[in-house]
Amino acid sequence: MAKEQGIGAAVKRKEDLRFITGSGRYTDDLNQPGQLYAAFLRSPYARADILDIRSEEAEALEGVVAVLTGVQMAEDGLGDLPCGWQVKQKDGSDMVSAPHPPLAVQAVNYVGEPYGIVVADSIATALQAAELVTTEFRELDPIVDLVLATDSERIHADVARNLAYDWELGDAEATDAAMQRAAHVTRIEITNNRLIPNAMEPRAALGIYEAATEEHTLYTTSQNPHLERLVLSAFVQIAPEHKLRVIAPDVGGGFGSKIFIYAEETAVLWAARRVGRPVKWTASRSEAFLADAHGRDHLTTVELGLDAQNNFVALRVSTRANLGAYLSTFGSSVPTYLYGTLMAGQYRTPNIHVEVSGVYTNTSPVDAYRGAGRPEATYVVERVVETAARELGVDPADLRRKNMIPPDAFPYETPVALVYDTGNYEASLDKALALADYVAIAERKAEAAGRGKRRGIGLACYIEACGLAPSKLAIALGAGVGLYESGEIRVNPTGNVTVFTGSHSHGQGHETTFAQVVADRLGVEFDAVEVVHGDTGRVEFGLGTYGSRSIAVGGSALCRAADKIIAKGSRIAAHMLEAELEDIDFADGQFQVRDSNRSLSLGEVAFASYVPADYPEDLEPGLSEKAFYDPENFTYPAGTHIAEVEVDVDTGVVELVSFIAVDDFGHVINPMIVEGQVHGGVVQGVGQALLEHGIYDDQGQLQTGSYMDYCMPRADDVPDLVVDATVTPCPHNPLGVKGCGEAGAIGAPAAVINAVVDALGTNDISMPATPEKVWRALQG
Amino acid sequence: MYPFNYHRPQSADDALALFKAAEDGIYLAGGQTLLPTMKQRLAAPTDLIDLCNVPDLRGIELETQAVSVGALTLHSEVAGHEGIRSALPVLSSLAGEIGDSQVRNRGTLGGSVANSDPAADYPAAIVGLGATIHTMDRSIEGDDFFKDLFETALNPGELITRICFPVPERAAYQKFPNPASRYAIVGVLVADFSGEIRVGVTGAGPCAFRASGIEQVLNADLSPESIDAVEVPESGFNNDLHASAIYRAHLVKVMAKRAVADLLN
Repeated sequence: MAKEQGIGAAVKRKEDLRFITGSGRYTDDLNQPGQLYAAFLRSPYARADILDIRSEEAEALEGVVAVLTGVQMAEDGLGDLPCGWQVKQKDGSDMVSAPHPPLAVQAVNYVGEPYGIVVADSIATALQAAELVTTEFRELDPIVDLVLATDSERIHADVARNLAYDWELGDAEATDAAMQRAAHVTRIEITNNRLIPNAMEPRAALGIYEAATEEHTLYTTSQNPHLERLVLSAFVQIAPEHKLRVIAPDVGGGFGSKIFIYAEETAVLWAARRVGRPVKWTASRSEAFLADAHGRDHLTTVELGLDAQNNFVALRVSTRANLGAYLSTFGSSVPTYLYGTLMAGQYRTPNIHVEVSGVYTNTSPVDAYRGAGRPEATYVVERVVETAARELGVDPADLRRKNMIPPDAFPYETPVALVYDTGNYEASLDKALALADYVAIAERKAEAAGRGKRRGIGLACYIEACGLAPSKLAIALGAGVGLYESGEIRVNPTGNVTVFTGSHSHGQGHETTFAQVVADRLGVEFDAVEVVHGDTGRVEFGLGTYGSRSIAVGGSALCRAADKIIAKGSRIAAHMLEAELEDIDFADGQFQVRDSNRSLSLGEVAFASYVPADYPEDLEPGLSEKAFYDPENFTYPAGTHIAEVEVDVDTGVVELVSFIAVDDFGHVINPMIVEGQVHGGVVQGVGQALLEHGIYDDQGQLQTGSYMDYCMPRADDVPDLVVDATVTPCPHNPLGVKGCGEAGAIGAPAAVINAVVDALGTNDISMPATPEKVWRALQG
Repeated sequence: MYPFNYHRPQSADDALALFKAAEDGIYLAGGQTLLPTMKQRLAAPTDLIDLCNVPDLRGIELETQAVSVGALTLHSEVAGHEGIRSALPVLSSLAGEIGDSQVRNRGTLGGSVANSDPAADYPAAIVGLGATIHTMDRSIEGDDFFKDLFETALNPGELITRICFPVPERAAYQKFPNPASRYAIVGVLVADFSGEIRVGVTGAGPCAFRASGIEQVLNADLSPESIDAVEVPESGFNNDLHASAIYRAHLVKVMAKRAVADLLN
């Protein structure tokens, strides 16, 4: 194998030829004979009872095949959409999970909630028919405000105070006591703005049912088709697992929003069975805004206590998290186990207590979005640390450095349940400060002032936990699924390799990086490795892609499978070379008898395994191995991001003039792809800090339901990004990797806002720091 | 999109006849507002009367003290036209900032002006330069053209044929774009006609208007600083997610000052 295509090489992406030439095969590109099209009946109200649905006129329209509602779905015995993480409350009781029928039956609880599906022979007819359905609603006062929600009427009959849970982590008593003794306490209130994911490809589904065999097939835009199959089978009970195939073909981005098991995909498959013909649905962008799970939306009070030497002694966090109208698939875990556990940040704060109220509102469900809990946690920690430095008049970089967990303290057990495995936070900080020319910021500020601009610099020293694990611990904490990954390597008779992975690529470039890993491990050519993913009919099992887990967990599974290939190949080679097994070495694709010139290539061994003439008697033919890899711990990417901004004092416009990301992702498989991941993540983080905001009015109507009002970051909103790295390899996975998919989105919001605050000389500005908000802050 | 009848008339008279005969007809020029609205099922005209084959709606003519632009001229044509760039550079730079390149390659001058979107750029030039809007049978002064939100002096079915922009000694346009849509939250065009200053404002109110208070002080002293003394009342200004009326009023002054600074350079 050529070294320039192995681990660590910036190989160009295999998948890009088909993507950039328009040859990708996305769900909406697929068509079936006799296919019909779906349109959904969606609630125009944030909260209402459904009194009556009259569909006669719609059904009479030529081309309409069926108008189906939640009532019929319930009659067919389909179950609710489950929340996959059972959070325990402070008092030990289970969280309160409201029933979530895929199609609403008695009441609707957010604008855009589907309560029926229209199936017709064209999209236009389906849409027209949907408008002909007359639904009588009884409008109720919507509960939209996150603060008032717990003192408002119940959205769900069984949920008192609209509170899904009241959760805590850490030692409250010790934290209170340490806070009491603190020489200085910094207290701030912060908002983490609601975001709307906006993957380039909207969600889509194509449901197919074969009556003769009872086989169900669902092509859909999923980040984890096996989980979709599991939930649709075990919980929704649409079909048994062996009669259900879920295929996620090319998928154009997810950012978390395609992890979840949604109403529409479920309804499409069910409708296909009801009408006996394939049914397709592709979300319009407007539907995506309304009905994709949103992200973030927290209100937090945070206090940081410091002793007289500026050591952090206590951190107390109280958060109200908006969960939306229903608990989405992982909605409960994001503001709890993926958030509270990160409150130590990079610091040796000895006492930490976090409490989180998970609150229902009449808004779209909220779930994981790039970073999922860690951007929120990093924002809390890095905003309060920044504010403390300002209050104490010390350099923000110095205060961070003073409190960092030192490199010799690993493994380091935090007060909030995690054990950090390795890291060198000061190394990333130093490198980022040097790249930012931090010492010369005063000169740059003075120069900018001469141009009527206020310049500011902001740091974020983040940590995240990727590759959620191990399964046993996660399940004990309420996870409904394991968190391992599967990998299978088939060495074909002619020596090339087909790789099956349970993780899913929807922009990450796995077809390239996973091929690099396998090519490197097996010493075969990069082009001789093909990666298969996203099809429950071809890949045995998998848990998909989220939480920056794919290389750390999925890549590790492939390493284990490669080890098994090498082990079996060694036995075959020992037999063929008439050597002892312990004398066989494997390197660069060759099985060699130690201290001899006798060797066989992997291809030769593979051929022998399928044509087993000269072959060990006690060995099965074939050279195909699989592995399930369950990590023993999370991985902990960390780093320092530094943003520099200039504020136009006349208009309040914030210009991001530089952004430096120094990340420790451990070993890197493909630096070009990693840099791209950092770019994308940073830009999403900049979007959260300066531009993006999902806003509902007091009637629960989404005010930012299109690109006219929801501001996505564009190329001209960001400068050239400086991306660099430090490396402490992960000690507990075979590749020494940590994961890079979310770091940018985790570090950037705090870095950018800290820079804006520095420029303004105020203590706070809420995200997004829009021109008017900044202008008003400047008016004092 | 709802079903509609599509027509492609060969003359302005035919276009008008089709319009009159239709139950709820609408002209299609570049379609940059109309078609997305129809696609979202927010508009349902019975008849779409495509003007692409109507003669005499195109072409740019450079006159002694004016630039005359056909109604169907694309934004990209105005932005890139050598003659306009030298005779009336403010118009080409304004057109070059509209939307994105796809919009500029389809959107038309007449379509934009007839629509009277409160945040469109061209209306600032119509009032700021004192343009004359020519229709099939009359001429309307720019000052009298915009009436309200999406309302103009045009009669139903009346078709803009050309717009004639007087050429000032110097002029400048400054726009504060909506970060999301890139439409103007506020756009101000300042023009100097041999000592007589005109200031056209778009984005701030329900439709484009002249900022007479700013004109007054600039007529006395053409300097950015002189605008500091002007009170721009926010009453009646647009107030939305992106900018309050107060902020818009402030931006009118800031953009006007910047336009004056540009113009003096």
